[in-house]
Amino acid sequence: MQVKEALQVTNLSVHYPGRIALDNVTLGINSSSVVAILGSNGSGKSTFVKACLGLAPIHSGTVSIFGTQFSQFKDHDQLGYVPQRIHDSMGIPATVSEVVQSGRLSHGWLRRFTQEDKEKISHAIEVVRLKDLENDSINTLSGGQYQRTLIARALASEPDLLFLDEPTAGVDLATQNVFAEALKHLVEAGTTVILVSHELGPLRPLVNRVIMFREGGIVFDGSPDAEAVDSHIFHDHPHSSSKPVLGWQV
Amino acid sequence: MIFEFLEPAFMQRALLAALVIGLCAPLVGIFLVQRRLSLMGDGLGHIALTGVALGFLLQTNPVATAVIVASIGAIVVELIRAYGKTSGDVALAILFYGGIAGGVLLIGLSSKKSNVNLLSYLFGSLTTVSKFDIALIVALSVIIFFATLLLKKSLFALCHDSEFAQVSGIPVKLLSMVLAVMTAVTVTIAMRVVGLLLVSALMIIPVATAQQISKSFSGTRALSAAIGAFGAVSGVITSFYFDLAPGALIVVIVIFFFIASIGFSAYTRRRSLKLQVR
Repeated sequence: MQVKEALQVTNLSVHYPGRIALDNVTLGINSSSVVAILGSNGSGKSTFVKACLGLAPIHSGTVSIFGTQFSQFKDHDQLGYVPQRIHDSMGIPATVSEVVQSGRLSHGWLRRFTQEDKEKISHAIEVVRLKDLENDSINTLSGGQYQRTLIARALASEPDLLFLDEPTAGVDLATQNVFAEALKHLVEAGTTVILVSHELGPLRPLVNRVIMFREGGIVFDGSPDAEAVDSHIFHDHPHSSSKPVLGWQV
Repeated sequence: MIFEFLEPAFMQRALLAALVIGLCAPLVGIFLVQRRLSLMGDGLGHIALTGVALGFLLQTNPVATAVIVASIGAIVVELIRAYGKTSGDVALAILFYGGIAGGVLLIGLSSKKSNVNLLSYLFGSLTTVSKFDIALIVALSVIIFFATLLLKKSLFALCHDSEFAQVSGIPVKLLSMVLAVMTAVTVTIAMRVVGLLLVSALMIIPVATAQQISKSFSGTRALSAAIGAFGAVSGVITSFYFDLAPGALIVVIVIFFFIASIGFSAYTRRRSLKLQVR
């Protein structure tokens, strides 16, 4: 039986003025897999996610989601996205519940919320263990609690393909563990997860494939247990002089 | 008589206009504050001046021409923000200067070169709200009220995190355009009572006041509309008794509320800290 591809990227390049952020990347990701995309700052991993979601200008190449070219893709309720923590000092108060509600808009942005929507929103808040704070203003949350709110927002849409851009960066270990638990629920439900990170941390047991980026290209694609993954995590920080681990393609 | 101010027909029209404008202006303004575009109303107010002058030149109703010209200006500024290489604040600056310049030039060409007439548009006036004006103001206010209600969740998502909104399939560019046009319409319908130079204050200050007190978006929205309506109506009534420009009084009243809200917010914060220590 042929495994359906959740994401197929072909010869994808993203150019910004004066630099190439992503250079001719080709890869496919099967449904129900959990893929970690690792790399140091500026390696192109976040640009890759943004390009896949139509948030970065594509210079050349194509992106297909569940077999449909992104430009023709309309089933937005299949997609989930947790951005890098947005700088939230807007001042307008909003409760945790109000932010998580936004996640259900992918099922129709003009319709009234049904009882089912309200249940999904409530469940998403419970999964990230913020039930006690659901009516609190996001302006009073800690960094970790705010990140959990953004994760709940993505979970509320019940996506089939979830992109997470450094969801655990700079958050406490408790939040990382809550996040790992939430991710486990999703994986069990068959969601495909693409996770951008500097390191795997508590998420390692859930990940079944690691792709490493460097200077806008893929330098490793294989098992999370490979030696190259650990060498990246412990040595390939932004100022490291370590060489890319070429030749590890699996 | 206590309700003496309700007797003249012009005051009835001015009060009705103040009520609907005071209610609607913060309902649009809350999204501008959230999106850090608080000065957008000011920019569009300047463009509306060109519309007013065009009305004088064409000898037609200046409110109607101002609505059309400001709406076109709003669409242009959104197109510049979305597709141009000019940043939002530069686009707004171009609106400021272009709008004033266009207004002054067109007034110079028109036969109604009365400065008094122009001042009533810049600072608001009680006596100049005509029957046609009030019909247009109420009709457009009702549309804005229901549009902000219908689009509340989508506009919140857009203003809170536009990238997430885009991934969710919300038409980000279209909604940004709708918000800009709603801002332009609000500015122009409010100019007869509040004045073009002060109208932005009625969109922003009630929101800034409510956010000191409320902890939810819905609460901030409702409270800011209530403050806006109360400020506008009380400003018009006070203006009747003291023969002052209503726009300035309305703004002073809502600023008073803002200062009071800061005091209230500081008091409740200190009280909650004390309770935590105990």
